[in-house]
Amino acid sequence: MHQTGDKLIKWLLMALAFTALTSLLLIAIFIFKEGVPFIARVGFKDFLLSSDWQPQAGHFGIYPMIVASLLVTLGAMLVGAPLGIACAVFLNEFVPKHVTRIIKPTIELLAGIPSVVYGFIGVVVVAPLIRSQFGGPGLSMLCASLILGVMVLPTIISISTDVLASVPNAFREGALALGATRWQSVHMVILKAGRSGIVAAVILGMGRAIGETMAVIMVAGNTPQIPHSVLDSVCTLTAKIAIEMGSATGAHRQALFAIGVVLFIMIMMFNSIAMMAIKKRFAGK
Amino acid sequence: MKFSIICIAVGACLSLMVCGCGRHAGTSLTVAGSTAFQPFAEKLAEQFMAKRPDVNITVQGGGSALGIQSARSGAAQIGMADLVELPPEASELLGVTVARDGIAIIVNPENTLTNLSLEQIRGIFQGAIQNWKEAGGSDQPIRVVSREAGSGTRASFETIIGGITLARKAIIQDSNGTIRETVANDRDAVGYLSHGLLNAKVKAIRADGVECTENEIVAGRYKLVRPVFLLSQPPSAGAVKDFIDYILSSEGQETIRRNGLLPAK
Repeated sequence: MHQTGDKLIKWLLMALAFTALTSLLLIAIFIFKEGVPFIARVGFKDFLLSSDWQPQAGHFGIYPMIVASLLVTLGAMLVGAPLGIACAVFLNEFVPKHVTRIIKPTIELLAGIPSVVYGFIGVVVVAPLIRSQFGGPGLSMLCASLILGVMVLPTIISISTDVLASVPNAFREGALALGATRWQSVHMVILKAGRSGIVAAVILGMGRAIGETMAVIMVAGNTPQIPHSVLDSVCTLTAKIAIEMGSATGAHRQALFAIGVVLFIMIMMFNSIAMMAIKKRFAGK
Repeated sequence: MKFSIICIAVGACLSLMVCGCGRHAGTSLTVAGSTAFQPFAEKLAEQFMAKRPDVNITVQGGGSALGIQSARSGAAQIGMADLVELPPEASELLGVTVARDGIAIIVNPENTLTNLSLEQIRGIFQGAIQNWKEAGGSDQPIRVVSREAGSGTRASFETIIGGITLARKAIIQDSNGTIRETVANDRDAVGYLSHGLLNAKVKAIRADGVECTENEIVAGRYKLVRPVFLLSQPPSAGAVKDFIDYILSSEGQETIRRNGLLPAK
């Protein structure tokens, strides 16, 4: 009786596990099936390196969108990574454990706020502030980077705190015994020991930032141009897909799938690098 | 604990799928296309179904291009398209104008300008005029806000003012509502939206001296007007014909007028 139940559960779990895998596979196949022939037809170079996006006239260059996605993500990391890592160090090294137990779940709650809410705050608070202080349209790369920088905090903080917590206590004690101050032990020993894990946290944060859509559409202005300053409006890859999907047909629609292929590959690359960093860390122990 | 939650979630999904498959008896119609006309079609469908319980109408958005495509492929029995010029592939379909819609040029209420000539509008949206000073306003840069490529409103707007290519620096927003918000929040912005969606947060500007009001549009003096087409496979018959006839009836047209669009005639 027990045996049958066990087996049943095993099969059920296996089926569920494969559902996740299959859907990932199906999504990948679908995107590639629609997108790759298009890239092949238009030409790799004309698609990736031309900055002329006029679907009606048959021009599909996504260079400005690639640049925008990378720059916005970079900007988000400049905002989010220092904040996130500092926060993780603070929570791990400078605060009693019971305080961390309250603060950390609170930060992780940030991840549960819908992105449209972040976008709304960007439109209502951040963009007008940028417009009045620095000029420009307000809906800009700067605005998108600030909003995304806050949005990636939960990812970076929660992974970094786990990484720092896994640094053996002997390292801290050793450093302190050698006469290091607390700060010296943090930046000379603990951060070094957790380096690859922190790199992984930042890269996973990048994956989150480059894939974010709703908030970016709301705050980035969506102008398909190569930005000359952080105050210029930009259109990211994700925003392009989401905005034009509703009304795209024919080649235009395929072009959007092709953008999906580009994004897919970019995010896969980020995640693989992060995984390699994590693996290296555990292999090094 | 976790497992039981998963079980419940999976069960809920499955039961939703099963429920979703249930069909109503009688004829079912699918109407798809223009997002601008979608709320009107939903309202009209509701009223029509109250009179004709044997017909079940599903209204979907997707944009004018999708409306034409699905009417041709048969994915929808009726396609909605709000374009000034129907593309050549729509020629095999039966098109009926069921409503008209004015496109209002809007600026921020703080903008002192009240009138722009069509020539100026063209210049602004093409990016040739980049400062409000050149159009008779104060010395401020112009920020053009437009709909996305593929939008019916944008295609109509660009055709009416003379086949322009949009300025490269234009900010893109994906709905009438967000265009309105952007213009309402930015002193230097200019955009365009459906006349029915004007409100106090933005200021509609006169085009060639003519105000964007219902009277001027009906009288034919306001030039930025586009028709809303319902497209179906010929010959028009059965529930499709009944529904289109209902929309063209005085009751249907009154619903359209009351909710902010202009009647067909």
